[in-house]
Amino acid sequence: MNPIQRAVSLVCAACALAAFGVHAQSSTEQEIEKYRQQVGEENPAELWEMRGEALWKQPRGPKHASLEQCDIGLGPGVVKGAYTVLPKYFADTGKVQDLESRLVTCMETLQGLTREEATKNHFGSGPKRSPMEALVAYITSESRGIPMHVSVSRPEEKEAYEIGKKMFFYRAGPHDFACATCHGHPNLRIRLQDLPNLTDPKDAQRAYTTWPGYRVSQGEVRTMQHRLNDCYRQQRFPEPGYASDAVTALTMYLAVNANGGKYNGPAVKR
Amino acid sequence: MNNHKLRIAALAAGTALVVAGCAALTSSHDAERDAVALMKKDFHSRGQATLDRLDQDEVQKACTRYAETGKLPEGEAQHLQQAQLATVKYPADGDYLGDWKAGEKIAQTGKGKQWNEKPTAKAGGNCYACHQLAKHELSYGTIGPSLYHFGRTRGYGVDMQKYVYAKVYNPQAFTACSSMPRFGYHGILTEQQIKDVVALLLDPKSPVNQ
Repeated sequence: MNPIQRAVSLVCAACALAAFGVHAQSSTEQEIEKYRQQVGEENPAELWEMRGEALWKQPRGPKHASLEQCDIGLGPGVVKGAYTVLPKYFADTGKVQDLESRLVTCMETLQGLTREEATKNHFGSGPKRSPMEALVAYITSESRGIPMHVSVSRPEEKEAYEIGKKMFFYRAGPHDFACATCHGHPNLRIRLQDLPNLTDPKDAQRAYTTWPGYRVSQGEVRTMQHRLNDCYRQQRFPEPGYASDAVTALTMYLAVNANGGKYNGPAVKR
Repeated sequence: MNNHKLRIAALAAGTALVVAGCAALTSSHDAERDAVALMKKDFHSRGQATLDRLDQDEVQKACTRYAETGKLPEGEAQHLQQAQLATVKYPADGDYLGDWKAGEKIAQTGKGKQWNEKPTAKAGGNCYACHQLAKHELSYGTIGPSLYHFGRTRGYGVDMQKYVYAKVYNPQAFTACSSMPRFGYHGILTEQQIKDVVALLLDPKSPVNQ
């Protein structure tokens, strides 16, 4: 082999290698996408949506009342499109609330449940089913096709957004991680999983509008509260309180970044 | 409406304007202070992930401050790197090269330090989450640069071994505000584990260099 032939064959070997690498990765991604399409046609989240609708209408608690008069953002009893304006400020509590925090409020005020009862099994696990995950699946499904339009016109809402933004960039813990470590830069991957850059409207829209999601790996519908809880676990942070103001603030930052994106959840997730 | 009521209404409207104005003027510093206070109120210790993990050291503080706007100013970055380099505890035996096979296992696992894990369980380095290393592992992330052929392209000498040991021990010693965890400084990996990772990168027999 002369030097030129050798160089050519080396380059070709490198090309083949590169092509193999790219092929192996894209085929893995293609398989996940194929699976997503297969289950997407029969999204298991529908079972949660149905259970959630029944729970919404079912009289529960000491006051034997349903949640049908709950104001989740667009006035008492309005479910259609309500998720697309959350989180928002509610005058009766004087707080900015996300969907789950708001549902806890309504369970307390309308149904007479204690906060503890309202948040029992908030993350379901097999036979311990979560009423919250079902309710959230139902309510969010009623916003499909409607663009996110979360407001920061009130000072309380603006404040929640600013605090959430600070939380997003806050580095701490034994691994020095912030949310932004994985979700603050374009076109990154962890293993083969694409990481949305949640500071970028396009990525934020795609990510935010597909939560809650049916997690194939867990066999459960997981809400935004769960998603953020699991991020903080992997960030090696202490645990954020369920439906707390801190999680609402972070959600506010993410939701505002996703404004304009057409809501399309609950979706099917890995 | 009589004059008295009008005055009250005007006063209320004026107050509302002032309040709104103040809120709009809330500085970035105030928002950060509020964020920390809110996290301390709403987060709780769970297992080994205790609440004091929210307390930042100097590196975390500096890197948070500049995360939104971009890079640390050059002088501050130099100062931070020097201070972090001084934290590196090198192996007493002066031997940096462990077992690349053990290093490969450490690179594959991301366990450790999470609230659902036993505090006594050995942690991993999770290198593949962010880096390409050995060619056979196609499931690698891109948060960090590719380390494929690391030793082959940079050399296998003792100086290189010492550098890689220090880099894994405390990446902030070389790149201020790097995304990479300080594996030695925070006690995520033991001295032996770091040596094994060094071997994964710098043993000529390691698949990283094949």
